[in-house]
Amino acid sequence: MADILAVLYTRILRVDPADPRLAGRDRFVLSKGHAAAMLYATLAECGFFSLSELDTYCRDGSIFTGHVSHAVPGVEVSTGSLGHGLPIAIGMALAVRSAGRGARVFCLLSDGECDEGSNWEGIMFAPHHKLDNLCVIVDFNKIQSFGSVAEVLNLDPFAEKWRSFGWHVEEIDGHDLIALERVLGALPGHPDKPTVVIAHTVKGKGVSFMENKLEWHYRSPSDELLVQALAEVSA
Amino acid sequence: MRTAFVESLLRAASENPDIWLLCGDVGYSVLEPFATKFPERYLNVGVAEQNMAGIAAGIAMSGKTVFVYSIGNFPTLRCLEQLRNDVCYHGADVKVVAVGAGYAYGSQGYTHHSLEDVGIMSMLPGIEVFVPCDPMEVCAATRLIATSGKPSYLRLSRAGEPNLGSAATDPRKLRILREGREIVIFASGPIAARALEAAGELAGHGRDVGVVSICCLKPFDDVAIRDAVRDVAFVVTLEEHVLRGGLFSLVANAFAGDAKRPPVIGMGVPEQDGKISHAGSREVLLDAACLSVQAIVARIEESLAKR
Repeated sequence: MADILAVLYTRILRVDPADPRLAGRDRFVLSKGHAAAMLYATLAECGFFSLSELDTYCRDGSIFTGHVSHAVPGVEVSTGSLGHGLPIAIGMALAVRSAGRGARVFCLLSDGECDEGSNWEGIMFAPHHKLDNLCVIVDFNKIQSFGSVAEVLNLDPFAEKWRSFGWHVEEIDGHDLIALERVLGALPGHPDKPTVVIAHTVKGKGVSFMENKLEWHYRSPSDELLVQALAEVSA
Repeated sequence: MRTAFVESLLRAASENPDIWLLCGDVGYSVLEPFATKFPERYLNVGVAEQNMAGIAAGIAMSGKTVFVYSIGNFPTLRCLEQLRNDVCYHGADVKVVAVGAGYAYGSQGYTHHSLEDVGIMSMLPGIEVFVPCDPMEVCAATRLIATSGKPSYLRLSRAGEPNLGSAATDPRKLRILREGREIVIFASGPIAARALEAAGELAGHGRDVGVVSICCLKPFDDVAIRDAVRDVAFVVTLEEHVLRGGLFSLVANAFAGDAKRPPVIGMGVPEQDGKISHAGSREVLLDAACLSVQAIVARIEESLAKR
């Protein structure tokens, strides 16, 4: 997911760190609000606030809550209960389309949250209303909170589901920065259709002891493991 | 009430191009004037209330005022978490309008009876809650919420309700429907008509009973409530809702710290509690819930006799 955010914030989104509420900006809605830390870090790297503010993450009195908070400059919506982000993003897409400013709305879903029926209400709605200014990205890492997607509630055939609901579907390696830039930079992927980018990812990508491990949905690394993890991702 | 609502909304939308209306595939023969006049600001989102509430929040976050319209429990309980997180937590300017308050959809059965909505909606942070008793209060409340900038809940009955008093100007204020100094009945919603009938009957027995409509249940004006009943023998609350969380709870709460408080008698719909709901008109179901005019009169006479 970090790769997706990196491409979005450095290559795709028309947003201004100096004026996060600028009219006509592109919107990004993080529906998988539990991944807040990654969005906060991305926003800090992009200059929405200073990196040092991240040190307060989850500390008493901090605006940086464990699930993403709109108190943080650059965050559009607070989420955390799954299945909320897409309908909100759809509302934004309708509103910015009526304003005629050409702004786009991006919404990042987890694979596990595709269990939520509210998403499918939205997935049915957006193509009916030809919301081609809407792009959903699914972080498809195949692991949800308490097991693999295949075991808990299989999404397959996933791309086919979206296609049959009327979406333009792109399926890519979610760690391939060039592929991400290519599909996200070519929106709308199809005139009159919303686009979904199914980004195949590896949970904990780049850190040997974290990759594809359910436990790292919950654990925080020790100081020692943190050093190792940072060394591995920087390598 | 539905007609009064849509007419007021049309006027508000004519003045403010940022007012949108969403419905959950409900509103036949009611919403058409809005849909025809403002097609670009009207959306039937389909039978999908969670999506509707989220969409409303997203549109409102983009600077609009969004009304959502559906039946009783559907735009309220069905999407409660969306209202809590997406609408109220973000202070999104969304107005939830539910038609079919209480037993208004009488014979349609239990799923269409809206009996807990006021308490549940009132608990949401920052929301304002309006329960008008007649079309005049509907107009005043619609006008107010259209410009309040706050999340709001408007609870409508159905059609054909009579006006119950002189003009309702400010729906936040208590509206005296009938003066009376011995006993005061606080009522919210069109059941206030029964309070007026009961007061008329009690006048025949030499009782001086006042009736006050409380349209605005949140914010609740505790001071005005207390001031309205100084020196009365007791207060009766009357609502088409369970007692828990509704008008009775609010009035009792307003008196809680007042040493000179009058006794408060709550009259509302009993909890369903596993019982099967039978078909019946609104009038019949209210009577069966011990909320007939005769039952109100008897309850008040009984309480007076005990004094």
